[in-house]
Amino acid sequence: MISSIVFIILFSAGAVWFAINVRKVRRNILLGKEIDRKDNPAQRLKIMTLVALGQKKMFERPIPAILHLFLYVAFVITQIELIEIVTDGAVGSHRMFRPYLGGFYTFIVSFIEILSVLAFIGTIAFLSRRNLLKVPRLVKSELNGWPKLDANFILLGELTLICFIFMMNGADEMLYNNGWSHAEEAKGTFGLAISSHLGPMLFGGLSEPSLHIIERIGWWGHIAMVLGFLNYLPYSKHFHILLAFPNVYFSNLLAKGKFTNLESVTNEVKLMFDANAVVPPSDGTPMRFGAKDVTDLSWKQLLDAYTCTECGRCTSACPANITGKLLSPRKIMMDTRDRLMEVGKNMDANKGEFKDDGKSLLGDYITAEELWACTSCNACVQECPVNIDPLSIIIDMRRFMVMEQSAAPTELNMMFTNIENNGAPWQFSQSDRLNWKNE
Amino acid sequence: MSEALNVKTIAEYVANGETPEILFWVGCAGSFDDRAKKITKAIVKILNHANVKFAVLGTEESCTGDPAKRAGNEFLFQMQAMNNITVLNGYEVKKIVTGCPHCFNTLKNEYPSLGGNYEVIHHTQLLQDLLNSGRIKIEGGDFKGKKITFHDPCYLGRANDVYEAPREVMINLDAELMEMKRSKANGLCCGAGGAQMFKEAEKGNKEINIERTEEALALNPDIISVGCPFCNTMMTDGVKHFNKEQTVKVLDVAELIAQAKDL
Ligand code: SF4
Ligand code: SF4
Repeated sequence: MISSIVFIILFSAGAVWFAINVRKVRRNILLGKEIDRKDNPAQRLKIMTLVALGQKKMFERPIPAILHLFLYVAFVITQIELIEIVTDGAVGSHRMFRPYLGGFYTFIVSFIEILSVLAFIGTIAFLSRRNLLKVPRLVKSELNGWPKLDANFILLGELTLICFIFMMNGADEMLYNNGWSHAEEAKGTFGLAISSHLGPMLFGGLSEPSLHIIERIGWWGHIAMVLGFLNYLPYSKHFHILLAFPNVYFSNLLAKGKFTNLESVTNEVKLMFDANAVVPPSDGTPMRFGAKDVTDLSWKQLLDAYTCTECGRCTSACPANITGKLLSPRKIMMDTRDRLMEVGKNMDANKGEFKDDGKSLLGDYITAEELWACTSCNACVQECPVNIDPLSIIIDMRRFMVMEQSAAPTELNMMFTNIENNGAPWQFSQSDRLNWKNE
Repeated sequence: MSEALNVKTIAEYVANGETPEILFWVGCAGSFDDRAKKITKAIVKILNHANVKFAVLGTEESCTGDPAKRAGNEFLFQMQAMNNITVLNGYEVKKIVTGCPHCFNTLKNEYPSLGGNYEVIHHTQLLQDLLNSGRIKIEGGDFKGKKITFHDPCYLGRANDVYEAPREVMINLDAELMEMKRSKANGLCCGAGGAQMFKEAEKGNKEINIERTEEALALNPDIISVGCPFCNTMMTDGVKHFNKEQTVKVLDVAELIAQAKDL
């Protein structure tokens, strides 16, 4: 009874806290500018199924893809067991579904156990890739500090969680073997694929009270980890396990080479060509060309930032980064997220209003040197397993630097002048354009 | 040879009351850069050979605005686009072939929302059409057994998902086509895109074109084939950097076809 109450309080607190955090993230994302990504729902669903659910792009690199798949499938399937844990916790039952499901129960839980072992192996492999093998994309400088800690933290959490699962199932198995189980009167075995062997190996010979304690630690530890993980998500790159789905759904469906058309510029250019041109009236707010801060970006670009898994596939394919330039598309996404979270905190502290802090994404987080190193090659966009578009942010910030700050590199200003004057990026006259014909 | 080039402007077509099949968008590099002009001529020779009624804009052509747009100068881009669209729409142009993937991408993807709607193809796609429809035929020849590796231009490949056209065209050469490790969707940029062509690279430990050329040279090719005048410059410089210009040629797909046909 007491434990049921404790459980219900803990569980509700965890769920409410998570909901509050998710609302904050949603509010932050909606600080972004409007952009229409609701067209073609059928095609979007298909892409979501392939890329998010089916992990299609992950399989470009088979080894991490398979390791990741272990964790991913284990995570998804374990949610089934969680339903039972929550029910047991709330009503004080023990393995509530077992009598109803019989052999199917044994099958499902065995399946979860096998996946948990695979996930355990995957997690160890991931920890080694980061900390021992030092796979280049996983040890780049933008990961120093919190991001590195975050990644290891979650992997260690995963290991702990799996240990709890086997403490729970293993000790329970021993209890049942000895006829001390809560679930059954008689002696017997749950017949689970792993714990029916692991239980006796680890806990054989322990007394009834010890077994009960171990089983309870496993059970409470499991649910505590789940609630903790849930509430850790919004602060971590691991939020991608949820956001990957909407993020892929709202992907850009057009050619990657097509950059956005700035409507505000179109209106001005139309007026320059024809003073009587009909353009939609402005709403009075001063127009800003390009992006200086996160609020100048679109909600999709901000959703991208929250979805980034910090895997670095983009950076490892980036020609600028490969050749030692400062630019790293992953850092562009991490900076965008960090700044957005800073803006969000600022709003929380000031009753929902943003108070100018004299900072901006451009300059305080991302430097001009990074932005000018991009070749707009789209390798980062192509690589990203969750369809993030770092390039669009780079271009929006270039637009701000050029159109609002007139801060292009000198050579580019010369190129602009040439195009303006002679219709070519070099100093050749437009009237010579057909000379090649007779040369 | 140059006398043999048959190039008419669209204005000349109109003056004769004729309409061309297709407009050849030459591009700034194709018009002014000495190396790229050779590619332009190769394309023209093929078009002439296949009896394609094509026109150029000549002195009415102006930069598509691609480098301005990639550099963030949306104003300049849209000014260029509007001017070009006025000219193109004035001549009621329906179909365009470009000699450059950047012009291709910009005309195809970024002009429609400003009022310029055309069917736009890259010259390797036109070559593919001409070969498929039998308007040009190639029997092995010069390149039989030669080792060729194709460098995907970002603005043809990833930007527009055109990977097969250049490869299918080159199959006709009877050459040995080899793929670099990073090819097609995973191809590595030559370093020129995004207006980089017009500025010094940022501080780093290597030039991008060196990284890419190194990868191509590792295959010991006779020819590095390209489909973009800017890639051509970058890869040519890369080959020179490794002192390989005597043994490894950098050639546009159009140049390969023109040479195979002895044009
Ligand atoms: S588009 Fe820019 S940031 Fe992305 S991979 Fe290419 S050079 Fe790097
Ligand atoms: S943007 Fe995509 S590829 Fe790059 S680190 Fe984030 S999730 Fe990975």
